[in-house]
Amino acid sequence: MARETNRHYKFDWITIILFFLIVGFGWLNILSASYTGGDIDYFTFSKSYGKQSIFILFTFCIIIVILGIEAKFYERFSSIIYIVSMLSLVGLFIFGKNVNGATSWYAIGSMTLQPSEFAKAATALAVAKQISDLNTNINSFKDQIQTFVIIIIPALLVLLQNDTGSTIVYGAFFFVLYREGLPKYYLSLGMSVIILSVLALKFGALTASIIASVIIFGYYYFNKKKVSFFQVILALLLSVGLSYGVKLFYDSILKPHQQDRISLWLRLEKDPVKLEEMKRTFAYNLNESEKAISSGGFTGKGFMEGTRTTGKFVPEQHTDYIFSTVGEEWGFLGSSFVVILFILLLLRILHLAESQKSQFSRVYGYGVASIIFIHFLINIGMVMGLIPTIGIPLPLFSYGGSGLWAFTILIFIFIKLDSNKINEW
Amino acid sequence: MRQLFLFVSIIFVGILFIFRLFYLQVYTSNEHDLFEDNAIRKVYDYPKRGFIYDRNGELLVANQPSYDVMVIPREVEPLDTLEFCSLLKIDKEQFIKRFNRAKHYSPRLPSVLLSHLSKQDYAALQEKMRKFEGFYIQKRSLRHYQRTIGANVLGDIGEVNTTDLKKDSYYKMGDLKGKQGVEASYEKTLRGVKGIKFIQKDRFNRNIGPYKNSTFDTIPEQGKDITITIDSKLQEYGELLMQNKRGGVIAIEPASGEILAMVAAPTYDPNLLVGRERSKNFIKLRDSIANPLFNRSIQGVYEPGSPFKLMNALVGLQEGVITPNETVTCYAGYKYGNRFMKCHCYIGKRNNMISGIQESCNAYFSTVYRKILDKNSNASEGIDTWSKHAKSFGLGDYLNNDLFVGQKGRIPNRAYYKQVYPKTFYSTYTISNAIGQGEVATTPIQLANMVAAIANRGYYYTPHIIKSIEGETVPDKFTKIKYTSIDKQHFEPVIEGMQQVYKRGTAASLQVKDIDICGKTGTVENFVVIDSVKTQLTDHSIFVAFAPKNDPKIAIAVFVENGYWGSRFAGKIASLMIEKHIKNEITRKDLEEWIIRHSLEDEYAKPYSGEPFRINEYTKLQFVDDSEYKRLKRELKKLQTP
Repeated sequence: MARETNRHYKFDWITIILFFLIVGFGWLNILSASYTGGDIDYFTFSKSYGKQSIFILFTFCIIIVILGIEAKFYERFSSIIYIVSMLSLVGLFIFGKNVNGATSWYAIGSMTLQPSEFAKAATALAVAKQISDLNTNINSFKDQIQTFVIIIIPALLVLLQNDTGSTIVYGAFFFVLYREGLPKYYLSLGMSVIILSVLALKFGALTASIIASVIIFGYYYFNKKKVSFFQVILALLLSVGLSYGVKLFYDSILKPHQQDRISLWLRLEKDPVKLEEMKRTFAYNLNESEKAISSGGFTGKGFMEGTRTTGKFVPEQHTDYIFSTVGEEWGFLGSSFVVILFILLLLRILHLAESQKSQFSRVYGYGVASIIFIHFLINIGMVMGLIPTIGIPLPLFSYGGSGLWAFTILIFIFIKLDSNKINEW
Repeated sequence: MRQLFLFVSIIFVGILFIFRLFYLQVYTSNEHDLFEDNAIRKVYDYPKRGFIYDRNGELLVANQPSYDVMVIPREVEPLDTLEFCSLLKIDKEQFIKRFNRAKHYSPRLPSVLLSHLSKQDYAALQEKMRKFEGFYIQKRSLRHYQRTIGANVLGDIGEVNTTDLKKDSYYKMGDLKGKQGVEASYEKTLRGVKGIKFIQKDRFNRNIGPYKNSTFDTIPEQGKDITITIDSKLQEYGELLMQNKRGGVIAIEPASGEILAMVAAPTYDPNLLVGRERSKNFIKLRDSIANPLFNRSIQGVYEPGSPFKLMNALVGLQEGVITPNETVTCYAGYKYGNRFMKCHCYIGKRNNMISGIQESCNAYFSTVYRKILDKNSNASEGIDTWSKHAKSFGLGDYLNNDLFVGQKGRIPNRAYYKQVYPKTFYSTYTISNAIGQGEVATTPIQLANMVAAIANRGYYYTPHIIKSIEGETVPDKFTKIKYTSIDKQHFEPVIEGMQQVYKRGTAASLQVKDIDICGKTGTVENFVVIDSVKTQLTDHSIFVAFAPKNDPKIAIAVFVENGYWGSRFAGKIASLMIEKHIKNEITRKDLEEWIIRHSLEDEYAKPYSGEPFRINEYTKLQFVDDSEYKRLKRELKKLQTP
């Protein structure tokens, strides 16, 4: 029976170790990216790396508090946490501080706090609560709408604050809902829309429509019994409409700078002069970051030896572009190491989530994995030029207190829930 | 299934990222190269280029500072173009053109915007330079020629071109490099090695300190001074004598192979190819009909004519087909088959070797040549033997020396004639070779070298231009004796014949008191194609000589294009040069006077006149006009009062 009591404190150390490995390695790279010469002062508010070490120290307090709170608290108070969080987002419209065009910060003395970072965790809790409610049936349209509303409110609020990156993160909940039984056609629909949009932009609306028609007719030919002709016509009209709609949207509604990002991503621009121009203007960061990563080679130039990092060639390198420092100084080996660390963390959380007994913990765990995954996918994908430029940080790795604390809260609530699974009935 | 979706997505993204990293960092990444890294600024420190001295220690080439305005296009900020242009003294259009050219070359590497500012312009610009971001002034050193002589010997330096940049990564845009002459052949010795400083930049292109504490920086290595074998006084004299003529003069010191003088006419003032006017002047020189950039003394390939008879005499003796005393009867020419080669001997004149050389008898040497080729009744074998002997004198191949340009010339062998005479081959087929015409072709330097080998009685040193390099030894290929395939004793009768040329023969009028000169005249027919008609021009005047007979100090070959017979122009110049070198004063003022009095410019204008013209005996000697004559006299006077 003694073992039983021990299990109260059985935290998942693998996740915790991975968490600290990522945070620690991240700090080393922040040091390198923000070092400007002189002695290294480990705890100082005047240097980014010094601030980050203070942020990291403070995470210990957060961790102790979160693990100290009764696990049931999170489920019970999820609605209140969500509402408070939403209010903090709304408050930004009145009290918010504008940094780089986004009104996403509260200024408290010299410190700034970004409530949108914390809203992700709150939303994850709320979604978990909603889905795990015994009255909720994810297959009913009404419940789907309710769940969507929970997700869309924060997404809309951050979009209105001009923080497109954070808005996209809420797409992560698709993985959660799908896991919990969201009808399959949502997946098919989502995939089709994405693929068709890309095709339409890359090869033109006509080509996209033709490809879609061929696939739809092919599908109809082999599954005549399952689908009616009416459905085929509907699908056809929708695809053609979407193809032209996307094109129209791209040409007339998107702002030039957004067009440029997409055109660069899909390699639509063929004119070398204009391409050079792009590389010097909005794609400057991306171009420099790709060059920095590439120049690292197999083994990298060594810690604090990266010429592009030292020369501050990549703007915002210690925040969104921190991965380019890894690429330059630690090379292929170090970058792959970071990628693998994240994959291990994600798979570990996913594994734990699947092994939860309560649906609330499982959904929440899924939410945690999905949110980190989307961040990881977009950030590293962007820094390496696989995804259009979208400004979101690399979780636990990039410089920034709000982000670090929000992810700490996100992960450690789950660790707490997980440690409590034995007590579930 | 639903559980797997996120799991699979994560794994897929992980693999995708690692592939992308592999592509970026391993597949497309080059080794980290400091020079390729635009985060590192490279600042060059140019060393002093080595000076050039003549054999008597007289300074010929020194340096002068020069300032280039450089531009790094992508670092340029909007500027007051009008002010900048007025400081540079160029108009706006030019500025834009030059700027775009630099940008086209590379937006991130420095290019020269404007080269060779004058000192005044530099001073005015220097003060305002910081207003113009992306531009800077690079100090370089240009050549300063102390004398106006030896342009073809010394050569010049000029900006590297794209081929140079590709071939040798040492050179960067705007660097200067030896382009011709000694400057080119001793480029690496003269230039030294530039120093380099690596400076870490930030993305605003500001210097933020030395890269890795200057571990990789190097200090410049000064260029070395060199001394060349040219005697500037002799060179100057030669150039003066060759004015208003075209051709080449090469004088060699037989005991060392050192080139005492290398005159190419026409020549030019080497200072023309310095500084901002360089490319303009270069094009002018290159496109002029007289082509002064063409170094006739080492690049001009001519049929050697009669001087080559010396070669045939030597081969005849060596092969034992004739003795010095054996006589050949001349019938005012030589009949072979049903053809006839004319000679200016009287009918029935009997020549032995000495008088054969003295009178330059065509019949005598045709006989010798045929005897050589028919020695074993096999002309194919014979011509190969003959060719080998001639080649042992350095004829028909590159001398492989330290002159930047050169020509092979041609000494034919059987293989050469295979095309024209695939099956049968008789000695009469190539009889013109007997008198140094036909397929034989040499450059003046090869001929001078042949004479040096005769003067040495059987050996020579590769003719070269380098006398000493500061702190280095001269390559041993220039101090190693090269033996010809002719035994020593066979030279005496030939040298005796060459002495008779001066005493009684074709150069009897060119004797110099107290100097025993051995020489040989040459008169060579030559042709050009005018409007696709092969047209004969006035003969080339050729002369070779060495002196003194028993202790040779100088061997010389003189080619004067269209100068008619050998002793008319070439012989006179050779005698004067020899006297100048040995006595350092001129007693044959009459020869000197004659040479500067006469010009061949009319002769050279004929083929381009578009009108019919006459040659040789139907030409008139042209006098230089009065002002030109006075100018030459003045120069001559300057030369004699040191």
